[in-house]
Amino acid sequence: MDTFFRDLAWLARPPADFRSLCRAIDLDPGVRGADIRALASTALDENQLIRLAKIMQKAAKNGRLDGFVPFRLGYISNGTPDFILAALIGTAPRYGISLECVASGYNQGFQDALDPGSPIHRFEPDAVLIAIDWRGLPMRSTRGESSEDAVDEVLRHLETICNSIKANGKTTCIVQNIAAPVHRVLGSFDRILPGSPHQTLDRVNLALGDMVRRAGDTLFDVAGLAETVGLANWHSPSEWNLAKLPFAQAFVPLYADHVCRTIAAMRGRSRRCLVLDLDNTVWGGVIGDDGLNGIKVAQGDATGEAYLEFQRYILSLRQSGIVLAVSSKNEDETARLPFRQHAEMLLREEHFAVFQANWNDKPTNLQAISTELSLGLESLVFVDDNPFERELVRKTLPQVAVPEMPSDPAFYVQALSAAGYFEAISFSSEDSSRASYYEGNARRASLKKQVGDLESYLASLDMEIWFQPFDAENRERITQLINKSNQYNLTTRRYTELDVAHMETSPQFFTMQVRLKDIFGDNGMISVVICRIVSEQEWEIDTWLMSCRVLGRRVENMVLKEVLTQAAKRGVRLLRGLYLPTERNKLVERHYANLGFDLLAEHADRSTEWQLSVADAKVSDAPMVVHSESFVGR
Amino acid sequence: MSNRINEGLTEVFHDVFSNESIVLHRDLTANQVEGWDSLTHVRLLLTAERKFGVRISAAEAGQLKTVGDLMDLLGKKLGEQK
Repeated sequence: MDTFFRDLAWLARPPADFRSLCRAIDLDPGVRGADIRALASTALDENQLIRLAKIMQKAAKNGRLDGFVPFRLGYISNGTPDFILAALIGTAPRYGISLECVASGYNQGFQDALDPGSPIHRFEPDAVLIAIDWRGLPMRSTRGESSEDAVDEVLRHLETICNSIKANGKTTCIVQNIAAPVHRVLGSFDRILPGSPHQTLDRVNLALGDMVRRAGDTLFDVAGLAETVGLANWHSPSEWNLAKLPFAQAFVPLYADHVCRTIAAMRGRSRRCLVLDLDNTVWGGVIGDDGLNGIKVAQGDATGEAYLEFQRYILSLRQSGIVLAVSSKNEDETARLPFRQHAEMLLREEHFAVFQANWNDKPTNLQAISTELSLGLESLVFVDDNPFERELVRKTLPQVAVPEMPSDPAFYVQALSAAGYFEAISFSSEDSSRASYYEGNARRASLKKQVGDLESYLASLDMEIWFQPFDAENRERITQLINKSNQYNLTTRRYTELDVAHMETSPQFFTMQVRLKDIFGDNGMISVVICRIVSEQEWEIDTWLMSCRVLGRRVENMVLKEVLTQAAKRGVRLLRGLYLPTERNKLVERHYANLGFDLLAEHADRSTEWQLSVADAKVSDAPMVVHSESFVGR
Repeated sequence: MSNRINEGLTEVFHDVFSNESIVLHRDLTANQVEGWDSLTHVRLLLTAERKFGVRISAAEAGQLKTVGDLMDLLGKKLGEQK
């Protein structure tokens, strides 16, 4: 079974120390709602949700739930509601909601609805979720006869319940449609034969949808949810027999998430703005390195098709009123290039209200977008293929929703859709034009002060860095990096594999390949340095390049430290650096300045020469474990 | 293997009861643990099924009187899988 939905794969995994975190929250009189919400925003299982529900209830009783919106939900079902209610209460904080629930008596939903003295009435709920499945509804159709009467009977049954609930003039109804049972008698014919259970059920669901719309109530499409995970997975006869559990327990967290989304939408808490990274998020590849012809966003290419589908989906979100923005680590001009000039791109500049392309960190940019659009951080969704960026935003701006993205872009649409951030319970023409109120002039928002604590984030990543000289085994990859890096590249000197092979053993060169690992995985080779040995005491840095994927972690500092260490070992006193400007590498204009080199000369073509005394160099490091091997002798 | 069952089942109890102080022994029964009612019992069985990757039928569940019985049942199912 595909476990994507069952495991709420778009949410971050729960922390490994969930149990001790819960104990700590339990004992802490000063625990903040934000901490509970952060915990609830991970993919908790049924038992974890029940535990969090107990914490929520205790905190609510002690009056310590600041910042949560209260909601009172009644629940009418023909099955056992206990686990579902607890899961709802434990899931609600994910949406900033503090939920109280009361269920109707076992299998007496109809009676309780009609009795104004029943617990569910006296509870005075904001809404009642009517969750009656096919077993609990009068489905009295006869094969071969029109199902019209049978459909009417079911609708009238539900309508009676709804009207009784709403009689107090304040409570509204959330009505579940019906997930079809799996068993068939006549196979495909069951679907079209008038009066067969499936044919009747199809018509019931259609009529139910109309009834809900006309009455101004809210539909909960449990049929759609069950179909998404597969009816055979959703239904569990053994669990029904065991304890009248209406569907497989394993899907309770998913069900609870969908119900809470609906409640959030009812309270106007759906999100309104989608902020997108660019490289490897809306196109394949890196525009600054691969150029217009190198990025993948064309038909006829499997990867390109995946990104086009994603762009198509993003456009449909915009048509439903979601505001679009960009937050990308790129030169502004470079980032806008595909939107302006790539023939196959579906997204264009005018689709975006704000366009942030710079080298600053994403949290600071997201804050700027939020301010510019006058939309709170709680309205934002941030999509980025890089787990480093995702986790940094989650830690720094927990109000922003950041979905986990699958490694295969073919599933980007599924992931963003499954997360359901933009659920709506109504739609008007105003909604579709809302995106254009925020004029699509793709403007730049000015950055305010730096947001967040980057240092402790970096320290939490368990980074490990490996330094070693060029070798035959990695020659191909080294050559590839040398020839395709354009942005973080000081001199953009291109070498062939033959050249690189020569440098492996030539006494005229000091070479270094750099590899980085962190808690998200192995980033592979991310930097290459080539030093020309000018004399016994002087090295000239011929090549220094780095992958933009590891910007912002002071990798370049660690690289310099290693070069200095190796240089000092060999009695070298002076390092020289050179910056040769190109159209693409403005990013590294200040690279040597930032690392403490002294400026020697600046030429008319804006190229610059630098030097650093090995003995006097002071380089701040980054929290990484260093592995330096096989720099022998040379 | 019985160690694996002991450890795994202990985690199951800790998660279901939200109580890390529970210590399992073979003679432990429902009336000795606070909060172990029929619904919690259902959660215990379902969680154990998921944890150990086995299925427990209603008939088998009906035979269980003590934690020891459950351990034996899990042992039998895991042994059969090998």
